[in-house]
Amino acid sequence: MRAESIRNRPFSPARLEKNFRWSDFRREVYKNRHYYILMAPFMVIFFVFTVLPVIASLGISFTYFNILEKPRFIGWQNYSRLFLNDDVFLTAIRNTLYFAVITGPVSYIACFLFAWVINELPPKIRAFMTLVFYAPSISGNVYFIWQIIFSGDKYGFINSLLMKLGIILEPIQWLKDQRYVLSVIIIVQLWMSLGTSFLAFIAGLQNLDRTYIEAAAVDGVKNRWQELWYIVLPSMRPQLLFGAVMQITNSLAVADISVALAGFPSVNYAAHTIVTHLMDYGTIRFEMGYASAIATVLFIIMLGTNILTQKLLRKIGG
Amino acid sequence: MKKLIHGRQKQLNRSFTVTFLLFLLLALFGVFMALPLIYTINNAFKPLDELFLFPPRFFVQNPTVDNFYDLVYLLGNSWVPFSRYLANTIVIALLGTAGHVILASAAAYPLAKYKFPGSKTLSTIIVLSLMFSPHVTSIPNYMIISKLGWIDTHKAIIIPAWAFPLGLFLMRQFMEQIPSALLEAAKMDGASEYRIFWQIVMPNVKPAWLTLIIMRFPSLWGSDGGSFIYSENLKTLNYALGQITQGGIARAGAGAAIGLVLMIVPITMFIISQSNVIQTMANTGIKD
Repeated sequence: MRAESIRNRPFSPARLEKNFRWSDFRREVYKNRHYYILMAPFMVIFFVFTVLPVIASLGISFTYFNILEKPRFIGWQNYSRLFLNDDVFLTAIRNTLYFAVITGPVSYIACFLFAWVINELPPKIRAFMTLVFYAPSISGNVYFIWQIIFSGDKYGFINSLLMKLGIILEPIQWLKDQRYVLSVIIIVQLWMSLGTSFLAFIAGLQNLDRTYIEAAAVDGVKNRWQELWYIVLPSMRPQLLFGAVMQITNSLAVADISVALAGFPSVNYAAHTIVTHLMDYGTIRFEMGYASAIATVLFIIMLGTNILTQKLLRKIGG
Repeated sequence: MKKLIHGRQKQLNRSFTVTFLLFLLLALFGVFMALPLIYTINNAFKPLDELFLFPPRFFVQNPTVDNFYDLVYLLGNSWVPFSRYLANTIVIALLGTAGHVILASAAAYPLAKYKFPGSKTLSTIIVLSLMFSPHVTSIPNYMIISKLGWIDTHKAIIIPAWAFPLGLFLMRQFMEQIPSALLEAAKMDGASEYRIFWQIVMPNVKPAWLTLIIMRFPSLWGSDGGSFIYSENLKTLNYALGQITQGGIARAGAGAAIGLVLMIVPITMFIISQSNVIQTMANTGIKD
């Protein structure tokens, strides 16, 4: 009997290995059951409200669905309509990319540059400046103050200032003129964009090992730019990657500011973005299938840009 | 002068001109960042005649708290009393934030300190979920919430807020710093995983709690109920305030007061917890 049991094992290696792995897996899961229990509440909610919706959105995007009737499968029709027949969507994509190409990199560099300069200040002033730069991004709906600043009548702060200086003679409709509205929104967006990544950069810089910089100076690093490139940036790579994700996602999701300042829909769709287009079809026209196709395109753009940027940023400093 | 700066900063190779220019740049942008906020504060204390002065003055001349009285009066006369909106907002913000801190920490602890089947996949999914905004999921989210029968309840806002992935991510990065020896020692003494989490891990990550609170509280505080809440007596402060500002020119004073009310809560919270937040943020970052 003993001989048999010994013989049985080596003679079916594949099955043995499979069994081995499976029981091993089960043992691992059982051993770690407390961890699964700890994670369960968060993960259940996370899957229901984040992962499931992404999958659902993808599925719905191939249907015609107006909430009242059952969804009807229509294949790629939503997507072909989106790219071939929807001029407003193309405007929205153009505006969104325009916003993102300007606010994304500018805000990212600004976050880092300001964090870097602030870091050289004495602690008390540093805390104050951090507050000044960070405050706009957490002040909630305070961006409505820009509506007063850029108000189209002569009581608007910018208009009255320019008129007093004699640069313009009559008030400019900053928020109702398609020549200006995009730029105004970009300014406000930049004003609000020194958020989480800015804090991450400040923190990363504060925890930087000073001895590296001193050692580098001995080794012949000549000025602060070399120090930045060879010492500071490489040692902050994790924060830089994190910050990039935050800035890119935010710059592609411009909507609230556009709606608050330029109205919805904005004049001649001048400030229409992918997200406002999504809001239009999702919450006003109830074309859920079509809106889901818009959401899916947005999802792909966001994820694609982020992953690409991660790859590029990993190259910094070698 | 040059020597002094070099001496104070204990750093080498700094050119005075560049330092000066950089700080000038910082000061200029600091003014750009701060002015709208200062303007908001000043507007809140301006009497009506100053709000409609031409040319408008930046600073208030005869400060008054009339606008706040107007605001309280307007809200007091509304169909649903002001205190109700305030209570709704406080319930949403407190429950949402507290649940988020606890659940995110509980989920972050195993992911930060242990390897087990699925831990890597879950971490990857969390990082990926940082890469798109909640707008993407808004439509299915609405359907799920309506299937659950949560429409027109506070649950629709509170419970999804508990599983905000950025909170889990920050918490996990912070918990990685806890020495494993500490946890091992507790295990040797026979503490259960739950006790270790609650009595050892949680007290050690207080700065990270504050960060999560700072990230979540303001957005819940500023929530206007979105497309989930329809009953007037369940609506939030931000919604009520929005209704007032839409009342037109006569409400400009109350509107300016609102700006200050909405702004002051998150900023005060940040001032109080700044050093803790920075400490947590030092551990953020996506590792290679």
